Amino acid sequence: MMLITDTTSRNLWIAMCVFLLMTFIIPNWLGFLTTVALAKGLVVLGLAMLMRTGLVSFGQGLYYCLGGYVVGIAGTQLGITDVIILLAITIISAIMISLLLGLLLCRYREIFFAMLTMAFSMILYGILVKSEVLGSTDGFNIEPASLMGWHPAIESLGTWVYMFTVVLTFLILQCIHRYFKSPLGFTGKAIRENEIRVEYLGISPKKVILLKYVIAAVLASVGGALTAMVAGHVDPEMAFWTTSGEFVFIALLGGITHVAAPIVGAIIFEIIRTFAFDLAPYSWQMILGAALLLIIFFLPNGLWSLLPAQRNGGQL
Amino acid sequence: MVTFAGPKKRRSTVVAILETKGLSKTFGAVTAAADINVVINEGEIVGVIGSNGAGKTTFINMVTGYLKPSEGTILYRNRNITGLSPRQITRVGICRSFQIAQLFPELTALENMAIAFRLLENRRLGGFAPLLTEESVNRAIQELKEYGIEEYSDAVVATLPQGVRKLLDIAMALAGQPALLLLDEPTSGVAVDEKFALMDTVMKAVNRTGAATLFVEHDMEIIERYATRVIAFYDGSIIADAPTAEAMVNPDVKEYIIGAELHRQPEESLDNA
Repeated sequence: MMLITDTTSRNLWIAMCVFLLMTFIIPNWLGFLTTVALAKGLVVLGLAMLMRTGLVSFGQGLYYCLGGYVVGIAGTQLGITDVIILLAITIISAIMISLLLGLLLCRYREIFFAMLTMAFSMILYGILVKSEVLGSTDGFNIEPASLMGWHPAIESLGTWVYMFTVVLTFLILQCIHRYFKSPLGFTGKAIRENEIRVEYLGISPKKVILLKYVIAAVLASVGGALTAMVAGHVDPEMAFWTTSGEFVFIALLGGITHVAAPIVGAIIFEIIRTFAFDLAPYSWQMILGAALLLIIFFLPNGLWSLLPAQRNGGQL
Repeated sequence: MVTFAGPKKRRSTVVAILETKGLSKTFGAVTAAADINVVINEGEIVGVIGSNGAGKTTFINMVTGYLKPSEGTILYRNRNITGLSPRQITRVGICRSFQIAQLFPELTALENMAIAFRLLENRRLGGFAPLLTEESVNRAIQELKEYGIEEYSDAVVATLPQGVRKLLDIAMALAGQPALLLLDEPTSGVAVDEKFALMDTVMKAVNRTGAATLFVEHDMEIIERYATRVIAFYDGSIIADAPTAEAMVNPDVKEYIIGAELHRQPEESLDNA
């Protein structure tokens, strides 16, 4: 076998530069849309990690919402607005909660895993809806973000969050790309295909699943935090099951075979949604549904499968 | 007959590599294995015979941690390993193959092999270093060559012939350089005329690693040719445990096992034809 030269890493750096250069030409609404898409792309990337292991989480909204609310609460209650500190707190809370839930979830597979993840996310939704301090169903507004003592002007805040999101997203993509190629990344697919053999190769599938679940939770929480920063608002809807379903939708749309596929999926999803909403304000979901049907019928492995197959640069 | 070079260094006091004492397994009212006492020494090649449901696979499953014994103890080099999980037992140094090859069907043979090497050798999964490097790929190909299946290295496992899958399954078990190898019916599902070639390949690989080997087999010709010792199971118990030639003429073995196998053979050959 020839080892195919992997150009993914290089392409990701190029794409990052392109996105950064776009800062200066794209209109504000498109910058906003792209930021949200990248943030959601991160959530879906985590979901894709689980799906490659054969597990569909219908509850990534839990961590997406957690990230958003951590940023919101830290800003309004504790006066913390520095993005680095905010992300650190977000990641730590995501790790703690996902470790706890993961210990239970890693025992379950298939529909049981999916339903349990959804249940946990709906519990958070229920709590938030009943919390009047946190604005109940309306949610609340987020303090503008700052970076190391520097507070950008409100008008240009969106642009800075965009640039920050681009850099962060692509750094994460580089890491996850390496991860997909590593033995641990391969073990995901191995578990999906034959858990018994993995056990007899001396590895605990449960521990691997737990680790993946925690990484996916961290990615989802970072996505939620970024979304909160750019939208300036959070509400319990982020933990509602339809939000989690949207992430599954994007994973199917983009595909899960390559690290960049969820990002591409998320961007296309946001574009379709924006235009569908413009085109048919009362029935835009039908357009999304039709798009999903077409994908399932014609591209069961997502849009990424349109690219020439080359075993995805050493990934599986 | 296989000549065995022996492990690199023999200890002065011989410690059995595997010893089971009073091993039993019951499923409700059914006794799958009762009072199994077996001692396997370093470098032995032991054939396990018995008709279907005699307790052979139950025995292997208990030793490799797939089933928890209802009673009794399992000692590996004098260390009690009863009730450990399959992965702990694998790490101790006992590997197994399966009656139905347990592979990663959507990956290529090469990827299967590379994963086996990496996971068995590096319990911490080796961090972020890529799995498929030039070195690991070459090594996996080299290993597939040892089994004569390197031409399939880029083929997805689901498309491979049964015999190749069996070999790959065994190659993956041996990738961890186990001290004890348990093969559950290595030739089942393989065409009659390929059985000996397959066993030759397997035994060559076993000799290379020096693993003590225990294999379950229905074909008496294969038992006679490759096993130095035979353990015969009947109805959950051991009815004979002796050097091969001796076991083959044991009246109980003849009556309960060899006779039954002779009746079984024609059907099987038809299935494989």
